[in-house]
Amino acid sequence: MSTFTAPAEVEVSEPSIEEDWQEERPWVVIVWNDPINLMSYVTLVFQKLFGYSLAQATKLMLQVHNEGKAVVSSGNREKSELDVSRLHAHGLWATMQQD
Amino acid sequence: MFVSRQIERDGAGGVRLRFHEGELLLLRELLGGLEAMLDNPDDPALRRLFPHAHDDSENEEQYQSLVRDQLVEGRSKAAATMRDTLRKGTLTADQADAWLRALNDLRLVLGTRLDVTEDLDYENLDLHEPRGRDLAVYGYLTWLQEQLVEALAAG
Repeated sequence: MSTFTAPAEVEVSEPSIEEDWQEERPWVVIVWNDPINLMSYVTLVFQKLFGYSLAQATKLMLQVHNEGKAVVSSGNREKSELDVSRLHAHGLWATMQQD
Repeated sequence: MFVSRQIERDGAGGVRLRFHEGELLLLRELLGGLEAMLDNPDDPALRRLFPHAHDDSENEEQYQSLVRDQLVEGRSKAAATMRDTLRKGTLTADQADAWLRALNDLRLVLGTRLDVTEDLDYENLDLHEPRGRDLAVYGYLTWLQEQLVEALAAG
């Protein structure tokens, strides 16, 4: 598993910072399998949008294809929304959620 | 029968095009249809072009208000660029990128309408069934997209 797919572990000991923690919990961007987008196209889009190597992009594409979904990026809300919108501009079925 | 490729990488890092007249007429018709549909982006036929980003409606509305217009405009521009460059001998990198997205949008709209599955069998298309023509066009667009991806990935 690539490092960028691992959700960050966050320890919360103080209830008072619960709200801040909610705000700062990282978001993950998920690409879901669909029957239309070509495997070669999805690989190319991952390389183009995220700068992944061919090997990394292929591995993620195969994860989407075989397991139905893959986490392709993570970060704060703004970055994740930008990533999702770029994936949507390329016709990929992407969603985001807080880890 | 040997069928030469329509889309190839050229030696200079660009993409070379070679279409027959009938193909150009078909592509122009399809792109015109897509551009007309994008004038009414809430058309359910376009739903696959505008997926949800969020599960919950509040976040989803925020996301749509941020990006929706941009996504519609980007799609219209890509389709227009592809239509305007159909008869060019070679494409610049930006033009090839517009082709990549517009071809995919055409496939998404047609594929959604046809409710295609991953194991669509192009070799046994029944041209007598009502979907025959659309399935053949979908297969053709898929073939073009594979050629373009290969040309861009190699470059």
